[in-house]
Amino acid sequence: MLKIEDLHVYYGGIHALKGLSLEVAEGQIVTLIGANGAGKSSTLRSISGLVKNKKGKIIFEGQNILGKSPEALVSAGIAMCPEGRRILPHLTVMENLMLGAYIRNDREGIGKDLGWVFELFPRLKERTWQKGGTLSGGEQQMLALGRALMSRPKLLMLDEPSLGLAPLLVKEVFEIIRTINAEGKTVLLVEQNAFAALKVANYAYVLEVGEIVLEGTGEALIQDPKVKEAYLGG
Amino acid sequence: MNRNEKPRYLLPSLVAIAVLALFLWWANGNLDNYKIQVLNLIAINSILALSLNLIYGFTGMFSLGHAGFMAIGAYVSSLLILPQVQKDMIYIIQPLVWPFSVMQAPFFIAVLAGGIAAALLGLLIAMPVLRLGGDYLGIATLGFAEIIRVVFTNITPITNGALGLKGIPDYANIWWNYGWCLLTLFFMIRIANSNFGNVLRAIRDDEIAARAMGINTFKYRVVSFSIGAFFAGIGGALMASLITTIDPKMFSFLLTFNVLMIVVAGGLGSLTGSVLGSAVITILLEWLRFVENPIDIGSFHLEGIPGMRMVIFSLLLILIILFRREGIMGMRELSWDAFLRRFPRGGENR
Repeated sequence: MLKIEDLHVYYGGIHALKGLSLEVAEGQIVTLIGANGAGKSSTLRSISGLVKNKKGKIIFEGQNILGKSPEALVSAGIAMCPEGRRILPHLTVMENLMLGAYIRNDREGIGKDLGWVFELFPRLKERTWQKGGTLSGGEQQMLALGRALMSRPKLLMLDEPSLGLAPLLVKEVFEIIRTINAEGKTVLLVEQNAFAALKVANYAYVLEVGEIVLEGTGEALIQDPKVKEAYLGG
Repeated sequence: MNRNEKPRYLLPSLVAIAVLALFLWWANGNLDNYKIQVLNLIAINSILALSLNLIYGFTGMFSLGHAGFMAIGAYVSSLLILPQVQKDMIYIIQPLVWPFSVMQAPFFIAVLAGGIAAALLGLLIAMPVLRLGGDYLGIATLGFAEIIRVVFTNITPITNGALGLKGIPDYANIWWNYGWCLLTLFFMIRIANSNFGNVLRAIRDDEIAARAMGINTFKYRVVSFSIGAFFAGIGGALMASLITTIDPKMFSFLLTFNVLMIVVAGGLGSLTGSVLGSAVITILLEWLRFVENPIDIGSFHLEGIPGMRMVIFSLLLILIILFRREGIMGMRELSWDAFLRRFPRGGENR
């Protein structure tokens, strides 16, 4: 579904991604793990068009999407749930969700997806009139996920969805990612919580300073001694 | 959701407008010219504050170019309403060039033209400048306003240079000013309650999030900036006709600062706050003039110090910033919802 070939990204003089290649197959959960500054977020931001200075090929459903605008990519079916949730604090939960469906104008479909989001996150339904900024961290993450789903993406990209959440909530978030995937959404997940990410992932890539150093199925990587030592705490 | 409210609040809105009209009619007949001038200034300042609030409060673009847009509006509209005789008389250094020398239009059209000219210039400026963000945008727009002022000082065949325009017909009476003010308020409320308004707030709160949702943030920023410029032009046009004399010096940074002060004091992102803010600050600025007159306290005699009211005013501003940073209204609005909740029975009958 998504194929990246030899992707280079530069920030000023910094060469953040050095010829990255990866593939996300339809219907799978693929995860990118790695330390801070490895280039995980840069990869997601390049795919969603938020990074300008890039070279290489990003192929989505057979088309090279490198250099397309974020608007065009959301319309094409790529949604990103950005790092740090980025809820709109002064808008209500409902308004946040409806802005997620900004590029769509099929009223019926939007209503249906809204119902689905409320089914996934019953807590949001109770708080539709509350301002986004007054939600707890966990609820904000739910809202960010729900908002990304409202654009009815084919590919959902999640940047650190477990960041800053209590362990119990982290478990819940990964549970929900699994559910979303089971309902037919392809998921590209970037995580620092390597263990949890590898457990839900069908396939995984390990990123180190802008390059992929290891790849394999989630289960295989959990067992890998190098991954164990570097990311899973021995 | 917001749209369903409209018919319910049509009646109270009409009543409020009728009460305002009644008050203005009474004021027009019974108050002296000075007080009427203050009332007029409140209306014009409201227009200016609402337009800056759209740009800064709702879209989060720190723009300091308001004086520039006001200057465009003021000059364009004034050139359209200046009588032929007056045009021949005041252009001493260089005669007014064609087509400005023969253009004439009714007041409403002239004000509208002033707004449109300002909006077009806003559009032109927006293209390069809105790629900047934050403080840089403030500096760039400030620069543009200054450029407009300097250009106006130097294109003597059109603007009469530093001499300015004198004897502009004083069409901008209380009805025109409050009419335009209500129109602006109505328009802004419609924007604020629409999907467009939510998109602007999204851009203000988090531009990256907005872009990730597929919003073309640049386009929306340009549109919001141009609408703000349009109403700034309208305000400038009315101001010119109200005080009947304009020159480039008038449109200095101080003018922008005054509007900015009203917006911040009223509450960034609150439309009713902007209106309240312009009423409070306009009245305060006038009322504080008494401190500049000689005062007798018992046997003490204080000489009046010119400029003293600005000192007091600045102190008040500092107090606002220290103790009530969000301004009078914060981001809240005075709405019929909140008002009618106090009189539940009256509210339910509608």
